[in-house]
Amino acid sequence: MHKKFNIDFIGHRKIYFIISAVMVAVSILATFVLGADLDIQFKGGTIITYVYDGEIDGNAFAADAKEILGGTGVNYTTGVDFSTGKNNIQLSLISTDGLSSDKQFELTNSLSEKYAANNLELIESSDVSPSSGKEFFLKCIVAVILSSIVLILYIALRFRKIGGWLAGICAIIALLHDCTIVYGTFIVCGMSINANFMAVLLTILGYSINDTIVVYDRVRENTRLYGKSKNRNEIVNLSINQCLTRSLNTSITTVMAMLTVTIVSAVCGVTSIISFSLPVMIGMIAGTYSSVCFTTPLWAFFEDKKSGKQKGGKPVSNKA
Amino acid sequence: MRKVKKPVFFIVLALILLFAASVFIGFSTYYGDMTTVYIKGAENIRFGIDIKGGVDVTFTPPEGVEATDANMDAAKEVIVQRMVNLGITDYECYIDYDNSRIIVRFPWKEGEANFDPEAAVKELGETAELTFREGHEVDELGAPTGITAENIILVGSDIQEAYAAYRQDDSGAYIWSVSLELTASGTEKFAEATTRLYQENGVISIWMDETCISYPSVNAAITDGRAEITGSFDAESAKALADKINSGALPFKLVTASFSTISPSLGAGALEAMIIAGIIAFALIAIFMIAAYRLPGAVAVIALVGQVAGTLAFVSGYFGFMNGSILTIPGIAGIILAVGMGVDANIITAERIREELEKGKTLDGSIETGFKTAFSAILDGNVTMVLVAIILMGAFGTPDSIFAKALHFAFFMFGPSTAGTIYSFGFTLLSGVILNLFFGVFCSRIMLASLSKFKALRDPRLYGGVKNA
Repeated sequence: MHKKFNIDFIGHRKIYFIISAVMVAVSILATFVLGADLDIQFKGGTIITYVYDGEIDGNAFAADAKEILGGTGVNYTTGVDFSTGKNNIQLSLISTDGLSSDKQFELTNSLSEKYAANNLELIESSDVSPSSGKEFFLKCIVAVILSSIVLILYIALRFRKIGGWLAGICAIIALLHDCTIVYGTFIVCGMSINANFMAVLLTILGYSINDTIVVYDRVRENTRLYGKSKNRNEIVNLSINQCLTRSLNTSITTVMAMLTVTIVSAVCGVTSIISFSLPVMIGMIAGTYSSVCFTTPLWAFFEDKKSGKQKGGKPVSNKA
Repeated sequence: MRKVKKPVFFIVLALILLFAASVFIGFSTYYGDMTTVYIKGAENIRFGIDIKGGVDVTFTPPEGVEATDANMDAAKEVIVQRMVNLGITDYECYIDYDNSRIIVRFPWKEGEANFDPEAAVKELGETAELTFREGHEVDELGAPTGITAENIILVGSDIQEAYAAYRQDDSGAYIWSVSLELTASGTEKFAEATTRLYQENGVISIWMDETCISYPSVNAAITDGRAEITGSFDAESAKALADKINSGALPFKLVTASFSTISPSLGAGALEAMIIAGIIAFALIAIFMIAAYRLPGAVAVIALVGQVAGTLAFVSGYFGFMNGSILTIPGIAGIILAVGMGVDANIITAERIREELEKGKTLDGSIETGFKTAFSAILDGNVTMVLVAIILMGAFGTPDSIFAKALHFAFFMFGPSTAGTIYSFGFTLLSGVILNLFFGVFCSRIMLASLSKFKALRDPRLYGGVKNA
């Protein structure tokens, strides 16, 4: 577990950049191929779920609902509710205008009367008007952007000795990279983009930035120690290798914890938690990958560009 | 750090275990001066509606209606009053003046099986029926009876406005009162009633729906449409009564902008699964840490117990001086992330100690340098978490919290959001990270320094190094 590593991350950076580019491209392409399923929390709309005893003809049920609602189109899906073990039917309104509580009350009452033998029970309902959905979505975006700005500022300040602004920007590029992969996970798994998605994004944002900072911290320290005798690329390689055991062990523990959560949730059938734990797990792997193979090599690459053609051939002490 | 003595480890260990036990069990008699204080335990944690099930609804005036702040205050009073009538006591209700919204959230009551959330929400949004009635005759259920049921003097639409007033009374003392301005029709009816009731020494009771909210006695015949209710009011109670009276004059009915209900049975399975998963995951982390890092790993596990217990203590409101918070699924994610940070802090330190040992330093020197060199990475990582957590709490918290006020410049155009579940993420993350600095850095450090004083525990292999030459 305490293997000494000596991997030339800078030398292989082209490969890592290509891997990252492909992952991001796949995530984005998946949106066009599979389509993003924006949850009604963000786009507005109405979903109502009932559990029932016996048999219900879904088509007839949806048609009845449509009639009660005065012609608003209704889609339905049926399934089994894990917690009660009963059959359930989920109605989703085609219109995203939202349903007043009066109307919903009327709908449930009328359906309960009509399907009295089935013991209809409201298990979950969610109704969001398009304007508040859009607002919630924008608010999440603003929170993420504001966090990013604050993080760039903090990193720029704390890592000014190693050219903080560029380091901060690279950390945020890595974040975008990780978040895009998390997003891709949601798309590929067909999970809807909802508040859980935001929680995942924020978790990965925190996790990834911490991973990056640990490596930056080592670069900062090594620059102080070896700034005069080693060039930037050597220092970056040394730093990443020194942090590698830590990065891997931290990933193993956290991913293991999330895997446990995912498996237990799968056994218990708690889908709401799987839609959180699975993408967090993948995001953590992406975050570890990016902090080791992507962020710091990218930073070194930009620093090279900035300082001209020296290609990291010059000691970096004069940067301080 | 060299001054840390052998017994320190046992003291810290005992304190962490006692703390953890008291957090999980609740009422505690462990701490001398806290023996008489009832301590909130893990069972007092309030779960969000995404775990426990419940109702989350946002009310807003119908489209095209401009509501004033006073209107919104009045509307909120109606909702709160009705929730109390429905027996809902554990609720959150706050107003977003910027966007004219009222956000209401309440979990299911324990053992409540036949609660109809749709009917409840429908009722909450209805316009309140405000009445001024003669006398204060009530039956055993508190409903009006006799003359009080028969003679309605004023209805909500007869009232122009009610407001809290602060003025000098006849004796020169300053008092709070509620002032009423009536409409023309109201003035006429009120003049007639007060003239008669004044002579009879009567009272007028004020009702919101079926609840009596005040029953002042009539001290004068009021003919100019300007009445005043006095009594032992303070600023708050005067405003509350004025808001309630205004609710009857509310020119609109509230509609729902968003409305969601989650059945309690849907949440129960989720919580159980999370507890099982949490225990297994913690056991696996403990095994891994001890296998990979031996003594520092074992110390890390003890520190993590403290950190997790501490986070739950913050959530449950264990510390009397601050309120707890509602725990939601994103909140649990925050705990997981903070635990990850705690594990990470210990791993970084353990790795550093090993590096120092490999350089050939002494054990004591390695432990000291290891903690010192690891600290800057741990600090920077944790400070960034704190920043993110504060932004989240500001963005998704209630509008009157300090973080929300501080960040109003960024989020002013948005109201308090419809999914307060994310606030819980910020809360648990912030508590977890702060606790991490205490347990994962400080406690780990003194525990390890203390253990390294034992002869039997001075073998560098226990710290990841090679055997002493």
